[in-house]
Amino acid sequence: MMLKQESTVKEKKIDQDFAEKYKSDFPILNQQINGKDLVYFDNAATTQKPEKVLNAVDHYNRTINANPHRGAHTLSVRATEAYENARAKVRDFINAEKTEEIIFTRNTTESLNLLANSLEAVVEEGDEILISVLEHHSNILPWQQLAERKNLNLKYLYPDQNYRIPLSELKEKLTDKTKIFSISQMSNVSGTINPVKEMAELAHQKGSLVVVDGAQGAPHLKTDVKNLNADFYAFSGHKMLGPMGIGVLYGKKDLLEDLPPFLKGGGMIEYVKEQGSTYAPLPEKFEAGTPNVEGAVGLQAAIKYLEEIGLDKIKEHELELTEYALEKMKQLDYVEIAGPLDLETRGGIISFNLKGIHSHDLATIVDSEGIAIRSGHHCAQPLMKFYELNSTGRISFYLYNTREEVDRFLESLEKAREVFGYGS
Amino acid sequence: MDLESVYTELIMEHNKNSRNKHSLDEADISEHGHNPNCGDDITLELKFNSDTISDAAFTGSGCAISQASTSIMIDLIKGKSIEEALELVETFIAMIKKDTEDQQELRKLKDAMALKNISNMPARVKCAVLSWHTLKEALNEKN
Repeated sequence: MMLKQESTVKEKKIDQDFAEKYKSDFPILNQQINGKDLVYFDNAATTQKPEKVLNAVDHYNRTINANPHRGAHTLSVRATEAYENARAKVRDFINAEKTEEIIFTRNTTESLNLLANSLEAVVEEGDEILISVLEHHSNILPWQQLAERKNLNLKYLYPDQNYRIPLSELKEKLTDKTKIFSISQMSNVSGTINPVKEMAELAHQKGSLVVVDGAQGAPHLKTDVKNLNADFYAFSGHKMLGPMGIGVLYGKKDLLEDLPPFLKGGGMIEYVKEQGSTYAPLPEKFEAGTPNVEGAVGLQAAIKYLEEIGLDKIKEHELELTEYALEKMKQLDYVEIAGPLDLETRGGIISFNLKGIHSHDLATIVDSEGIAIRSGHHCAQPLMKFYELNSTGRISFYLYNTREEVDRFLESLEKAREVFGYGS
Repeated sequence: MDLESVYTELIMEHNKNSRNKHSLDEADISEHGHNPNCGDDITLELKFNSDTISDAAFTGSGCAISQASTSIMIDLIKGKSIEEALELVETFIAMIKKDTEDQQELRKLKDAMALKNISNMPARVKCAVLSWHTLKEALNEKN
């Protein structure tokens, strides 16, 4: 099921200079792929790193690297400082109240697995977990497993035909038995931005915990966890110009303190006896093993870079590109868009199909033009099934993308049509 | 990357108008093949006359490479013995993995040789080999 609607948005001038100004900060973007200047439109999967991030990680490894926390020597102390400075930066970035509310993980997936594992302690047979059919597999499987382990009911919110979840749907599905409500801030397929603040309020009224998957949200939407009033918020460094392998779980301090640890081992203990142990206070309780300090340092540099430009400005730029691309794509009768067509509640992710051309073939053909797009089910099989999609192509924007790149992408669609024997 | 060497006329023709894409009445074996990472999904149906594959067909959905590879494979294996078909599967997979350059062996693949250039596209290898793995599963069940 795909929708075609007249857009209500007006033409706006694209600030071409914006992207051009920042693009040169990203060395990887200055290369040719298959003989053409690279166009990187796979930002919802992972983003590229600016010099400042690359240099921060390099500097850490060349001058500071040591195992933090447990060392008396100078480098270990400096590594600890670097790691804890990064934590404080993340705290400020999402406006958390306390530094110990920031747990470093590998990525959003690990953050959500940590939660689903530790929250086992607060649920009982017959309780309900509520998620939506728009979720990424990482916000489905941990809850599905928890529901199986503890005999809970896993319930789904369903979106309307415009890829939006109405608040009425949430009101209908929330019950006194709902213990955990977990929702993405932005869909990685349709680009839908959910009204998470309103949703959190409704869920709290029913006494449910609220988990927000910020994998797509944190990199693009200014997020204030206090204002949002989410109990837990998860996101990944690599989707916001940082390194892979560093992610974040934010949790309200009193809630995190009551939860049992996830992984066990070094660094997260207070006393270990032959039988039975006590655990370190937050945040170390949830950070077993040697942490990814260089990743945290890189994430800190990425946040600093994003803040210097301003997330609001970046979002405005992405939306201008999205508006431009959507307007052009809507005019092509062979393109079907899988997502909201207006700009009110969406971000810079566009999923789509070309009639008669499978998305994998399309991705191969546009790659031959140097354009990186994603194809497939985007780790969201329940969503694909709900909308009866076999797969989609997906483009997703960030600060360094330009309108010229969108034009080149649109031209490559024509090429795909030619290869497949359709007239243009 | 030379697209024409991948999206050849033969492959595009099999993708668009496969005569082999339908259900079989009273199939002896029906085998489901799926690429969980990309969603290509086929069901291969086979009919046997003792040890010979007397008929074959498929249903499902996927990209042009997966659909054409399935259709071409079906043309090749009809009338072949189980043993011959299994050998062809091994040859095809070896071709795609660049494990063999034995032209005499490769020629046995006939039209399926058109998929040889997929071996230069690691991201698409799984599309090309899906139906062949599915066939192998089915034949091993029959044996």
